[in-house]
Amino acid sequence: MKRYLPFVIVVGVALAAFGSGAMLYRAKHEQLQAIPQDKALSGNSGTESMHIRGNPDAPVTMEEFGDFQCPPCGSFAAFAEQLLKEYDSRLRIVFRHFPLAAHEHAREASLAAEAAGLQGHFWEMYDVLYREQAAWSKAPNARELFESYAGTIGLNVDQFKKDMDGGQAKARVDADKARAVSLGINVTPTLYINGQPVDPKDKNPEGVRAAINAALAGKPQA
Amino acid sequence: MTVSRFRTILYTVVAIVAVAGLADATYLSVQALTGETLGCGGSPDCFRVLGSSYAKVGGVPVALLGAFAYFCVFTFATFAAFGYARARTFLIPTIGAMFLATLWFLYVQAFVLHAYCRYCLLSAAMTFLLAGLLIAAPPSQRRSGE
Repeated sequence: MKRYLPFVIVVGVALAAFGSGAMLYRAKHEQLQAIPQDKALSGNSGTESMHIRGNPDAPVTMEEFGDFQCPPCGSFAAFAEQLLKEYDSRLRIVFRHFPLAAHEHAREASLAAEAAGLQGHFWEMYDVLYREQAAWSKAPNARELFESYAGTIGLNVDQFKKDMDGGQAKARVDADKARAVSLGINVTPTLYINGQPVDPKDKNPEGVRAAINAALAGKPQA
Repeated sequence: MTVSRFRTILYTVVAIVAVAGLADATYLSVQALTGETLGCGGSPDCFRVLGSSYAKVGGVPVALLGAFAYFCVFTFATFAAFGYARARTFLIPTIGAMFLATLWFLYVQAFVLHAYCRYCLLSAAMTFLLAGLLIAAPPSQRRSGE
């Protein structure tokens, strides 16, 4: 029996590693739907209700569902900025809120961004929120920090406070979240390029660039 | 304690460390295959490390190669612990190659990417531990076998 024992142990460990890896893969692999035609973002239609960065008429639209308290979203924001420089007028980025319940201040951060947006400074607040993510994420009262950020970027702070509690900001965050849920999204950041989901395995700099290049060339994504 | 018993214990420890390395590398492989390189461990630096071009060799995630390497170490160490002398001769070059690869990846993280992935550092620590354990094995015994 001892003669076969090392073989049994090795095969056992191989099966355990493969099995646990396969289970983890299945658990993590997202099943995303393409954005249906009626919900697609085409041209400039409806741009007044979207937060767009880059050329509004760009041929490629990258729609990002993000959470301001998610560290990878913060990393992605820096990468997105780089992409906009690389692709210049050929790319536009649309941001959608998907604050995860697990993140204590994420929804409030989304409301802060929307309140800033009502004064025409959504992207400025977006930048500050990601840049200062480590600070406010751990703060007991993140709202005080959001208000100080509002002052820093030159907003009317009293109006900002009112807007954070107002129905307009909430409605906007909820609408984005509903869109995310309807598309089967459960992680952040989740990306769509011209309405097609970026495969989770391609959610890296090379994969995102390849997907944008494919969209520019008019090819369907792999 | 006899030299033979010491070696058996040592190779058993090597096998256990290799299983821990296999678990870490399997997790990283799944992250790479599912695209969760953006979110590994909630660390933003993971995106820069695992999402970089250095994280793949010929389109294959480095983590997957690492998992295979750890599995080889586990297999050789298990057989060595059971007295298979030839297994030890495979163990030395395998861990040696892993050690060199680890040095390269630490260099890339420190000086090229300026970002560290905690799971990669854990893997590096385990490879260094494996190398240390191998060095601790009595040299003459390693060469002559049983």
